[in-house]
Amino acid sequence: MYLSIMTAAPLLGAIVVGCLPRSAGRLAKLIALVVSVGVLGVAIAAWLKFQPGGARMQLTESYTWVPAWGARIGFGADGIALVLLGLIALLVPLVIIASWNHAETDSRRSVPAFFALLLFLEGAMIGVFAATDVLLFYVFFEIMLVPMYFLIGSYGADVPQKQRQYAAVKFFLYSLVGGLFMLAAIVGLWVYGGHTFDWQTLANEEFSRTAGRWMFLGFFIAFAIKAPFFPFHTWLPDAGGAAPAGVAALLVGVMDKVGTFGILRYCLPLFPEASRYFAPLAITLSVVGILYASLLAVGQNDLKRLVAYTSIAHFGFIGIGVFAFTTQAATGAVLYMLNHGLATGLLFLVVGMLVSRRGSAAISDFGGAGKLVPVLGGVFFLAGMASLALPGLAPFVSEFLVLIGTFTVNKTVAVIATLGIILAAAYVLWMIQRTMQGKLNPSLTEVSGLRKDLTGREYLVVAPLIALLLVLGFYPKPVLDVINPAVSVTLQTDLGVHDPAPANNQTEAGK
Amino acid sequence: MKDISLPHLNYAALAPMLILFGVACVGVLVDAFAPRKARYPIQLVVALVGLIAAFVAVVLRAGKVTAENAITAAGAVSVDKPALFLQGTLIVLGAVALLLIGERALERGGPFVAQAAITVGSDADQRQAARESGATEVFPLTIFSLSGMLLFVAANDLLTMFVALEVFSLPLYLLCALARRRRLISQEAALKYFLLGAYASAFFLFGLALLYGFAGGITFAKINESAQNGTGNITLLYAGLALVSIGLLFKAAAVPFHVWTPDVYQGAPTPVTSLMAACTKVAAFGGLLRVLYAGFDRVHWDYSPIIAAIAVLTMLVGSILAVTQTDIKRLLAYSSIANAGYLLVGVLGNSALGLSSVMFYLVAYGFTVIAAFAVITLVRDADGEATHLSRWAGLGRRSPFYATVFTVILLSFAGIPLTSGFTSKFAVFSAAGGGDQSWLVIVGVVSSMILAFPYLRVVVMMWLSEPGEQTPSVSLPGMLTSAALVIGVVITIFVGVAPQPLLHLTSEAANFIR
Repeated sequence: MYLSIMTAAPLLGAIVVGCLPRSAGRLAKLIALVVSVGVLGVAIAAWLKFQPGGARMQLTESYTWVPAWGARIGFGADGIALVLLGLIALLVPLVIIASWNHAETDSRRSVPAFFALLLFLEGAMIGVFAATDVLLFYVFFEIMLVPMYFLIGSYGADVPQKQRQYAAVKFFLYSLVGGLFMLAAIVGLWVYGGHTFDWQTLANEEFSRTAGRWMFLGFFIAFAIKAPFFPFHTWLPDAGGAAPAGVAALLVGVMDKVGTFGILRYCLPLFPEASRYFAPLAITLSVVGILYASLLAVGQNDLKRLVAYTSIAHFGFIGIGVFAFTTQAATGAVLYMLNHGLATGLLFLVVGMLVSRRGSAAISDFGGAGKLVPVLGGVFFLAGMASLALPGLAPFVSEFLVLIGTFTVNKTVAVIATLGIILAAAYVLWMIQRTMQGKLNPSLTEVSGLRKDLTGREYLVVAPLIALLLVLGFYPKPVLDVINPAVSVTLQTDLGVHDPAPANNQTEAGK
Repeated sequence: MKDISLPHLNYAALAPMLILFGVACVGVLVDAFAPRKARYPIQLVVALVGLIAAFVAVVLRAGKVTAENAITAAGAVSVDKPALFLQGTLIVLGAVALLLIGERALERGGPFVAQAAITVGSDADQRQAARESGATEVFPLTIFSLSGMLLFVAANDLLTMFVALEVFSLPLYLLCALARRRRLISQEAALKYFLLGAYASAFFLFGLALLYGFAGGITFAKINESAQNGTGNITLLYAGLALVSIGLLFKAAAVPFHVWTPDVYQGAPTPVTSLMAACTKVAAFGGLLRVLYAGFDRVHWDYSPIIAAIAVLTMLVGSILAVTQTDIKRLLAYSSIANAGYLLVGVLGNSALGLSSVMFYLVAYGFTVIAAFAVITLVRDADGEATHLSRWAGLGRRSPFYATVFTVILLSFAGIPLTSGFTSKFAVFSAAGGGDQSWLVIVGVVSSMILAFPYLRVVVMMWLSEPGEQTPSVSLPGMLTSAALVIGVVITIFVGVAPQPLLHLTSEAANFIR
């Protein structure tokens, strides 16, 4: 019952909060917070119930839905999904706390609607990761767009209205286009797979080579747009730049993971032949994405857009990790998804705090701000270090795993991708230098917001994330134990690839 | 010469049609004899009661129908399961559209003109616009049209089908001309619809004659038999099928027989537009399915490529032209054309699955489109409905409730899950995929992407734009419009969340008897 509660509770909460009158803003916030904390509680319980060495899909549930199509309301989680479910359950309450006063002060729109949309988004995102029925997955995949669309379009603060509209529409259309390609593939899956949507049954099904490749492409395009991979990424900087910071944290931190999660859960197990066939293409796109997005990030003057570009680069690493087809790399990729959610989530939230104080997201409007808000500047620095994968912080572990996992099978790619780390140092350090350090920008002293350092509410937001980044940086084992079995079974059983033998065997296994 | 014997009539099977024809005649008498003040309530009650009675008759019949007792009236009518399902659909959709037609709370005297014959703009016209309540003839006209549709989907030979086509078309032409506001474009719409409809009927009739030449009979059983045996001139068969199909595709608003649709949808009074968008679609596709599945089953490999080409054209032209529209009613007209394309994709499923998916789609689309037009009747200012898109800017701020409702409707049109638009699209696409038409599925998906853009633009207009001076307020709907809106939206969501009951009904019904 864990997963259905986690999905249904926020959706019901969204309906309740959405029906509140506009004047009941305080009540709406409280309900939203209580619901999301409750979901976090259930998620922790689910994590404890989950047995890392047990069956692949655990916490399974299945209810009748549309027998005529063989579709059921099926929930279940493997290690990969569990980690991401935990990430959502953790980030949403933090975002709610961080956005506590956003709706009325910054965007002057209906408060209950804002929190209703956030809860709706949480329910849909949990549903996406928890679904074991392909049609149910698709349903959540698509309806997730609706709350996000309104959150970007209606609640993006300090961005001109035209730009918000543009970003929201672009986000929606890009995702919808991907989703509809996936719909075509799902129709194919249903027709060739014997009129069922059960993931396990379909994973055991053999498809013809042509059909498999076409369906793979349908799914892959949807996920590549969602993730986003180069060259499908152009919506993300716009959406990330226009969305309110808390929402952007969810957009980049969680929603985009649906793309890479989907590849691991659907593309590889359902279409193993096609996955191997298209892997070089996917790796190429990922590598190009790393370099291209990093270079663009270096040149950004808008903080939120900059962080969005860094994300695209990070997704390049995840893409390499997934398609390198070694356990190390794939485990690293999944861990990267979690760590990226924590690090980029933190970065977006901190940027949001800075932007709402300064009233502008332009880097040139800052300068030496660290002197006015030292604690906030410190947190910003830490988030930046996490983002560039400094050893000791969690993202380092995952990036390292991805690179060594890739190195064993494809040295060129690993070496080129390593360049991305250098570029990451460049964009992060420059960003911090231009905003926080150096001479104090005189106009900043007149900004009343910057006289206040981190407030208690904001401490509450950043503390858990920083703690997790540190803990997972030193001791990632509990999470790796959960991820590893799921990744191995995906690669070895579903995909039929095996890790190359360690190099000291000399014989170069497989040749 | 044999003696002419009276055909056996199965009254239970014919009851729904007979009831509606009777009710329509009663409506004419009411208009002739009832005092002016009392006409409106009497007509409304008579029409609704008649529809309910006809629906009860359909339901009762649905329990008893078998392959043996479906055909009656000397083989002219086949009240089989698909026919009963479509008749039930037509009656319910017609009743909901009738609620909009009967609404008089939004505007003094309702959406219809009192006397359409008065010259537009004359003194008499201004007097009647200001004072007189609308014509009550609209009720019997609607019922006549619906009864024609009921017969149309049950016709078992081409001649009966032709008669039914005329019976349901002629009242519609008239209804189009009766708008209270913007009377000139209303009359223009009616004339266009009438002239083009007359051409289409002529095509149908010509095709009928050719098919008679081919098969020596006009019943679907006879045509199917001749096609199976290979007797008869095959050229006549193809030419006849082509011409008959043109007549049907015209009613279905498929490209390239769609040109009337935007003008008529825009010009006709909005409640009538909703009737056409929902019920005419059901009737046209009901007829098309019967002709193709029951009459020309044997040659489906021959017509499939042509219908497929038309489906592709319809989907693409409908969706691309929808992008350029600035009037909400024209936008929905092009969307209706594109939806005709999706329905054709389902038709090409060519199996029980194809039949049931098209019927499923018709129900889902019908309710959503009526709800959409119901909202359009509400958004109005002193000059009547404000249909230009720019006028809808910021509607979400002015009237969040109705903007939310309309957003749900638009999301359904765009095929977002948890609405009937998604389940119905999935139904037709999976039927086509099962019928080896995968490429049609891909075209359908691409066209859905294009079509999502205009819908999204309306959502942007309503929610993300600031209300301007010109943004009209939403009128409080009367009881009737509220009921229509609630029914439409509830079914849109219900069929989206739990499609199983309707899927079960349609797959039960998917078997033509010829």
